[in-house]
Amino acid sequence: MSKQIEPFSDPGLPEHIHRKTDTDPFLEKKAERQVAILFLISAVGTVLFIAAYIAIPSDQFIFLPALGSTNAQQLFLGLGLTIATLFIGLGAVHWAKALMPDTEVIAERHEFRSEEIDRKDFIDTVKTQASASGLGRRSAIKKSLGLSLGLVSLSPLLLLRDLGPLPKKSLEQTSWKTGTRLVTDPGNQPIKASDLEVGAVAQVLPELQPEEERTLNNIAKDAVLLIRIRPEEFQLSPERLSWTHEGIIAFSKICTHMGCAVALYEQQTKHLLCPCHQSTFDVPRAAKVLFGPAARPLPQLAITVDSEGYLIAQKPFTEAVGPSFWERSS
Amino acid sequence: MSVEKKAGALANYVDERTGAAKWLKKNLTKVFPDHWSFMLGEIALYSFIILLLTGVFLTFWFDPSQREVLYQGGYQPLSGIKMSAAYASTLNISFDIRGGLLMRQIHHWAALLFMAAIVAHLMRVFFTGAFRKPREFNWIIGIGLLTLGIVEGFLGYSLPDDLLSGTGIRIAEAILQAIPVVGSYLAFFAFGGPFPGELFIPRIFTVHVLLLPGIFLALITAHLMLVWYQKHTQYPGPGRTEKNVVGYPLMPVYMAKAGGFFFIVFGVTAFLAAVASINPIWLYGPYTPAQISAGSQPDWYMGWLDGLVRMSPPLESHLFGHTISWNILIPGLIVPGILFTGMALYPFIESWLTGDKKEHHLLDRPRNAPNRTALGAMSLTFILITLLVGGNDLLATHFALSINDITWASRFAIFTVPPIAFVITKRLCLSLQRHDRELVLHGRETGRLQLMPNGEFVEVHEPISTAKAWILTQHEQPAALEFPTEDSHGVRAPKGALNKLRARMSRAAVEQVAKPTIQDAKEIEHH
Repeated sequence: MSKQIEPFSDPGLPEHIHRKTDTDPFLEKKAERQVAILFLISAVGTVLFIAAYIAIPSDQFIFLPALGSTNAQQLFLGLGLTIATLFIGLGAVHWAKALMPDTEVIAERHEFRSEEIDRKDFIDTVKTQASASGLGRRSAIKKSLGLSLGLVSLSPLLLLRDLGPLPKKSLEQTSWKTGTRLVTDPGNQPIKASDLEVGAVAQVLPELQPEEERTLNNIAKDAVLLIRIRPEEFQLSPERLSWTHEGIIAFSKICTHMGCAVALYEQQTKHLLCPCHQSTFDVPRAAKVLFGPAARPLPQLAITVDSEGYLIAQKPFTEAVGPSFWERSS
Repeated sequence: MSVEKKAGALANYVDERTGAAKWLKKNLTKVFPDHWSFMLGEIALYSFIILLLTGVFLTFWFDPSQREVLYQGGYQPLSGIKMSAAYASTLNISFDIRGGLLMRQIHHWAALLFMAAIVAHLMRVFFTGAFRKPREFNWIIGIGLLTLGIVEGFLGYSLPDDLLSGTGIRIAEAILQAIPVVGSYLAFFAFGGPFPGELFIPRIFTVHVLLLPGIFLALITAHLMLVWYQKHTQYPGPGRTEKNVVGYPLMPVYMAKAGGFFFIVFGVTAFLAAVASINPIWLYGPYTPAQISAGSQPDWYMGWLDGLVRMSPPLESHLFGHTISWNILIPGLIVPGILFTGMALYPFIESWLTGDKKEHHLLDRPRNAPNRTALGAMSLTFILITLLVGGNDLLATHFALSINDITWASRFAIFTVPPIAFVITKRLCLSLQRHDRELVLHGRETGRLQLMPNGEFVEVHEPISTAKAWILTQHEQPAALEFPTEDSHGVRAPKGALNKLRARMSRAAVEQVAKPTIQDAKEIEHH
């Protein structure tokens, strides 16, 4: 069958149907009134806005169904502004739809390509002008310009160098040293093993030396969780077991995945959970990763007690705390 | 008459000083086609203006500093607590400046709306093929705006320095730190030393209120100028062709409609801000690295990224004393990089596969581009899964499910469900094409039954209007590309494998239900 494909034809723009407001003067007048009323409602909204600003005290709360206890001034300022703006919009749109011309207009499009003669002229001009610079022939200029442009664009990068210091070893270091006392956070009190019951959790920080101040930078690396379980529940290597004290085990609180605080401890299962990405760590097995995107256990801090019976660090952390980084060696 | 006279005098005054009469006449009567889906981009534009207005208000009181202060303001529960000046001044705006909380909430709601409108606008442009030649530049600008919008929004909600936003910054720092070789240097440069330091709030403030808004203004201007110059696309319909644009003139209809619509968007945002609390930072408390609240969620446009990170398996390589965190790099940088690069390049990929180098001003009905529509559905499904996993902790607590099960299910679903969505969507498109063909050839089902003389019941079909028949058949159905794999001497053509792939993709792209022709209709009539 060799028949020519004949598509359906375009019937063209349909005939314009007049709106009722175009033909009925009464309806036209009515639409005009409606637009005016919409604008007037907006004006009332602004009055409400001003009244709320001046007359309602900032600390007055009202109870509303569905919203609960709400600050009255904020609510009425908001509602006033809503009415003030929304009704200008509704008025303008109604005006355009009911009263402004609604005859569809046809505009012609032009192809974006220029006329062939203009294109040729343009391309020729570009060619001539490009060769007039002689870049192609004068390779010394080309190369030296390339070099200087390349070098000059390095200078802003250089200027950004002092945005911060080099990391050096600081990502691997914390304030914990041999013999540093563990103090409660908040409270800053040294603690004894007997202060923690089995099943209890406490957040601790290293004790400050006189003159030292605690910054968020320190806390971001030093925060440690103490958890006490029954010593027989530990499944640790002898070395790691010696890092615990009477069932108390200490872990860095900073997640090894992305640095969030691993704050959720489930007493029944003895799991630690990071609320950011749900990495789950098993406390009796040295915070082994049970689930989630974290790839390493939380670093364990070796603890013991000093002569007065207060908990102290046996030694600094043996690995970097917090999220991984390129230079991290384990 | 006096308005007419005044307008005339003004036009004269302006022209005498600018000589712009010709240009202004052309542009003031510029024709724009009408369709609700063309308002999505408008919503994005208007919420951007709202963001600028409310943002300027907020800067009058916001103190972008991490200097430690003792809070003494109007919110009693935090009285006497140490916090950063940034957090304290945000509390101040929320409790002690009249209208401050309203402006903060409008700003935040407008930001959510801005991103939602951008995404909806992007979907409209994608599914209707509006990105095709000559509009590829505008597509790329749009992808740039989407990307910057995500960054701008993230920086914005990080500024108050509350516990939730600080956690977000911590995660951003970890992503930076995970970059091989230079990661820890980048992190130290960005934060001026170890995390959190005292520099990132002032720094992101400058980026949030100066650098990015400046780039936004430039890109939005270019985006709109291109729309203006290239003229808007239009949906197919009677009288609408590739050579014209049918609609209403800018003055006065679109001035009133678009101007009015700005106020409507403002009104809706103000209403949301008045009745719906958003980001109540006073409940979260000031940021400290050792604390966190359960159920930490980013704003919705970051949720997909968080979801990707959450579903990632615990992969890390330790090589020659160095660490590579695949569990961060893959979901945090590599997958988003592929997604956004792929999106930006899509117009060129599609034109390469279909060999289509023509200008297009008439939009596609999504069903008539089944492969593209299916690809879009597949991508959306992918993002939707990641978005759901971004809230897996909330899903687990609300529906009493195991979080481990949800995460494991998502790890499988992310590979299997999007391809299924592709196949289903493509089949649906083809079915809809078949339905269109039926409609054109056999007319509309009326639901009326007729008793034939022989006792048979038949349903009466009514022919559809010529206008409707035109809409259903106006699209082109191009043939697949053909590539010779070898030349006339039997020598393998260069790029043989690539051409084979291209031909195969092209064949898949043109798989269509043949649209009816006049002949088909006539043949049916003869029966």
